Amino acid sequence: MTRPIIEVDNVSKRYRLGQFNARTLREEAERLFRRRRSNGKAGGSPGDHESEFWALKEVSFSVQQGEVIGIIGRNGAGKSTLLKILSRVTEPTSGLIRIRGRVASLLEVGTGFHPELTGRENIYLNGAILGMNRAEIKSKFDEIVAFAEVEKFLDTPVKRYSSGMYVRLAFAVAAHLEPDILIVDEVLAVGDAEFQKKCLGKMRAVASGLGRTVVFVSHNLQAVSTLCERVFLLEQGKLANAGPADDVLRSYITGLQPGVEDFRVTTPLLRWRGLQNRRSLDDLRCDQDLMLELGFETGQESISNLHVDIELVDERDRTALHCKSKFVREPMSIPSNTNFAVRYLLHSPHLAPGPYRLTVYAAAGTKELCWVEQIDACRVSAASPFFPDDVLQDVKGTTVPGFSVDLVPSTSSEYVEVS
Amino acid sequence: MSNLPADYELVIRPSRGWLHLNLRDLWRYRDLLFLLVHRDFVAKYKQTILGPAWFILQPLLTTLVFTVIFGKIAKIPTDGLPPVLFYLAGLLGWSYFAQTFQSTSGTLVANADLFGKVYFPRLVVPLSAVISNLLAFALQLVTFLCFWTYFKFFSTAGVSFGFSGAIVWFPLVVLQIAGLSLGVGLCLSALTAKYRDFTYLSGFIIQIWMYATPVIYPLSQIPEGWRWVAVLNPMTMPVETIKYMLLGQGVVGPFYLALSVAMTVVFLLCGVLVFNKIEKTFIDTV
Repeated sequence: MTRPIIEVDNVSKRYRLGQFNARTLREEAERLFRRRRSNGKAGGSPGDHESEFWALKEVSFSVQQGEVIGIIGRNGAGKSTLLKILSRVTEPTSGLIRIRGRVASLLEVGTGFHPELTGRENIYLNGAILGMNRAEIKSKFDEIVAFAEVEKFLDTPVKRYSSGMYVRLAFAVAAHLEPDILIVDEVLAVGDAEFQKKCLGKMRAVASGLGRTVVFVSHNLQAVSTLCERVFLLEQGKLANAGPADDVLRSYITGLQPGVEDFRVTTPLLRWRGLQNRRSLDDLRCDQDLMLELGFETGQESISNLHVDIELVDERDRTALHCKSKFVREPMSIPSNTNFAVRYLLHSPHLAPGPYRLTVYAAAGTKELCWVEQIDACRVSAASPFFPDDVLQDVKGTTVPGFSVDLVPSTSSEYVEVS
Repeated sequence: MSNLPADYELVIRPSRGWLHLNLRDLWRYRDLLFLLVHRDFVAKYKQTILGPAWFILQPLLTTLVFTVIFGKIAKIPTDGLPPVLFYLAGLLGWSYFAQTFQSTSGTLVANADLFGKVYFPRLVVPLSAVISNLLAFALQLVTFLCFWTYFKFFSTAGVSFGFSGAIVWFPLVVLQIAGLSLGVGLCLSALTAKYRDFTYLSGFIIQIWMYATPVIYPLSQIPEGWRWVAVLNPMTMPVETIKYMLLGQGVVGPFYLALSVAMTVVFLLCGVLVFNKIEKTFIDTV
């Protein structure tokens, strides 16, 4: 085995929290003064340690040339900090990293573009910022332009570009860098689906065809699982798990607790495709039936014992209803590599007016396969089911059930006296 | 991108000390330097009607204001030179300094977004400001020479001035101004990254500094015993020397020059070292 292309040895990074960041001169002077005074007494100021925060703590790993590595973890787990250190944007507090090759980071799209310059000028400028020299950019120029599909607008200032063109151009420059190590951080969150596919394809080509090393950080576990061979899981600044992509992803998903910020967790076994009848779900009247067709796709393996649960959440984050398929039917079996949909039919759920978001949860037995939150699901109109010309107003609950209100004769005897 | 030696190895670790400058990296990114110069120069007056003419118009308008206020109203003497030429010559060096200072002093904060995403030697950005302002300086020099020619050959004042033989040293004076503005700008840039107070201070600094520099008055107006104090301001000598070279009038002496150059070197060293120190982790604190 050759020497690893990236060697991370015991790297830690400390941040100071709170006011330190935006401190003004006066505050600094006050702090100095305070410190001096407290030094006179016993102990010294403990305040400095309270506000410390270790974004990374003793992280070690190594990466071989040609590997595609995924880094996952919740928000704040230290993924971005690690990337910043690897791409030399900031320094570690302690530890050592050896990198045997040229590194380039795929930027947040358009960073370093100058709006007044033309597409052509920006290609050169952006390429140079990313570490290419003029000759390299020149030799790649036509390829970049073709990939970005901006031939006609090369001499137009990029401030006149549509956002789509802007994104394409920015990615195209970065994608043609050909560094030894490519660092990619969540850039795929932008652009339309087709373009995302193109980007993923390009990254895959970079990795497999040219023997480059790719370090990919993403919340999109689907992309991580298709792209990466090995995955590192970070938890609270520490390397919690490392290994083949499928293993790490699976244990990560099982370990997820409800209420985490990540709102999309899918495994290679079952992929969420979307709400396939979303279009028909706007402007629903409150007493109408609600039909939800949940689109999925199975992976390489068939799934048996599948059950799918849903939860509808209203504007104020209150759960309006929660249904489990096992309440009403046997588990389902699905062959491998199949697109299928699970149809939920809720008989006049009487939801209060407003938009609803959907959480979908799928599992085979106790093994969790897919968990998607925050899906834009439906919108219930304010049209009243009771009087056609009226609207429902100021509804406090999450449902407005069918109900009646009548005047009845007094029976006096049934009152419970309040003494 | 594979023009690296086979045993290339980059070591990332917490830096110690102040002196690790990594000039080799700076050289590798020279193409970026020139593209940034191009960007600064081209983008500056985009979407203006007069475009690059502003490079010339700005000092001319300032000269006009100076001529009226300091020449006609305050009647500050100009060493017997035509006031327009006197102010133009003074502004030549000064505006190069002021503009470079202003663009370099904002380097870290203004580019925080970019610096937070990608590595390149940060020094490239302030250096590009030094060079792109040099182009503006050249344009102003040409303007000055036009006026010089007019006054020399088509006015009665023509006999009162002329090039001095010292003009062969002109490029060195420009170099000194470049170094000084870079040094001072870098110092301030590092300070601004930490304390935003300096964003507001830099405007005042440059205003007050101008009055401390013989731009609108000749150094000869300062009593001889006090001139060394004025020369402690490292911009005094370059501005005065430019006037002396181009117009033949001015107080220049070897002691003054040495003092000024020494101050410049001190500022430049401080600036580069402080910037280099702050640059490595400043992204954590912006």
